[in-house]
Amino acid sequence: MALAPAITDLDQLKGHPAIGNLLAWNPAVVEGAKFDREEITIYVEHSFIREVCVLLRDNPECPFNFLADVTCVDWYPREPRFEVVYHLLSIPKKERVRLKVRLQSDSPALDSVTPVWAGANYFEREVFDLFGVRFIGHPYLRRIQMPEDWEGHPLRKDYPVEGYR
Amino acid sequence: MILNMGPQHPSTHGVLRVILEIDGENIVRIMPDIGYLHTGIEKTCEAKFYQQIVTLTDRIDYLCPLTNNLCYVLAVEKLLGLEIPPKAQWIRVLLNELTRINSHLVWLGTHALDIGAMTVFLYCFREREDILRLFEMVSGQRMMTSYFRIGGLALDPPIGFFEKTREFSNRFPSKVDEYENLLTGNPIWGMRTKGVARITAEDALALGASGPTLRGSGVDFDLRRDMPYSGYENFKFKIPTSTDGDVFARYICRVQELRESNTIVQQALDGMPEGPTKADAPKVVLPDREKMKTQMEALIYHFKIITEGFAVPEGEIYQAVESPRGEMGYYVVSDGTAKPYRVHIRAACLANLQALPTMCEGRLIADVVAAIGSIDIVLGEIDR
Repeated sequence: MALAPAITDLDQLKGHPAIGNLLAWNPAVVEGAKFDREEITIYVEHSFIREVCVLLRDNPECPFNFLADVTCVDWYPREPRFEVVYHLLSIPKKERVRLKVRLQSDSPALDSVTPVWAGANYFEREVFDLFGVRFIGHPYLRRIQMPEDWEGHPLRKDYPVEGYR
Repeated sequence: MILNMGPQHPSTHGVLRVILEIDGENIVRIMPDIGYLHTGIEKTCEAKFYQQIVTLTDRIDYLCPLTNNLCYVLAVEKLLGLEIPPKAQWIRVLLNELTRINSHLVWLGTHALDIGAMTVFLYCFREREDILRLFEMVSGQRMMTSYFRIGGLALDPPIGFFEKTREFSNRFPSKVDEYENLLTGNPIWGMRTKGVARITAEDALALGASGPTLRGSGVDFDLRRDMPYSGYENFKFKIPTSTDGDVFARYICRVQELRESNTIVQQALDGMPEGPTKADAPKVVLPDREKMKTQMEALIYHFKIITEGFAVPEGEIYQAVESPRGEMGYYVVSDGTAKPYRVHIRAACLANLQALPTMCEGRLIADVVAAIGSIDIVLGEIDR
């Protein structure tokens, strides 16, 4: 089975409920989009992530009411280095959407979505712990998996897999 | 007063530490503390070939290794664009439902033990032993099965496996009756579970809870039915829900799931298609031993896959499956090489655990034990 090439043209993807909704609200929040292997990805401008999440959650046509996951990918040494990835699920419409926020490597930080979904709490703590991305407005941003006094962020690409740092 | 419960407390099902702020017997605040079992599996994955990671996924959740295997191989198969033969898909469904029964049996036994019903534990482990024997028969291992491969199954199930499975599934419903006889109508069980550790549907959704924890609060959502994968659309089954949102509701949901999973097992046995159990993709799937020893080409492919792995086209996939505990997700990012750039595991338990403070605050210490049991946590999955 051959893979279909990814669609990255915003005009073609406008029909998707999440993208159409965001473009109608403020075209500046959508940096780009991708439709690849039946999955939709939206690149969101980093200062708008909380508003975007509220908007997608409360959209009456297709409410993305379930935050499935928050994680991060480190593209070291490329800039912007960090991609914080959100997976949203619409339980009534059975749709998924992936939001991505790109961050530069010098003191990466963005707004926490814990006020929008209480469930983002542990996921964001984990990203903070393992990648060193700070979430502004998080109620309890402490290490979650590693010990309190651990140095460094293990899932960064410049952190070795074996041996000591 | 601050009370420290765990990490070496038998009712925390592993190494969960819970910090309780109490006023007499009443809980003012409760804070789970995790990370005691962090093994860095996500980091290890970045240094392994795609096919080697299957064995790592077993170790994440010792109660449902096959569900982890399935979720991971589905994600990589989507990245590769592989088509899986129907027989392999059906065997995957069959084994996944056996895994669900296995996991729920351990949950039921230990949960009842926590609350004080000793006998149920012995009954549950009797049937669990039968399932583990089936797993051993099919994969050679009781717990760390690693039976699914990218592109199909490790090998065909042995002769007699389907008969043994049918024997088990025929007698299993009467065993569920036995557990229910001991618990469902039992007034002591009712007093310990009914109205305890309530959570509303809104709270459960906002906290990211899934699986029986969400369905026990009345949200009718199951990935197997609503976003089917691996051929689940071919099966007919009910999704048990309850609207009470308490420990008893979650208990009832899981016990009904035991019966539903058993009907899926029977359907899979009845309609098992014929055909190969491996995809036709010589660059990804290892050749048969026989071919490897007789054909030059097969030998070359075998050598290449083992020594260099196989390149996976650039891209990313979030694959979610319904594990016994809720939505399990694998987010796999490929940069076009033979090793994944990033593997992230969405642990259902990690999200479900966040519901614990909502369930317990304002209640008694004894209810914490019931609440922890009712969300069915596995610390290996939470900490990874």
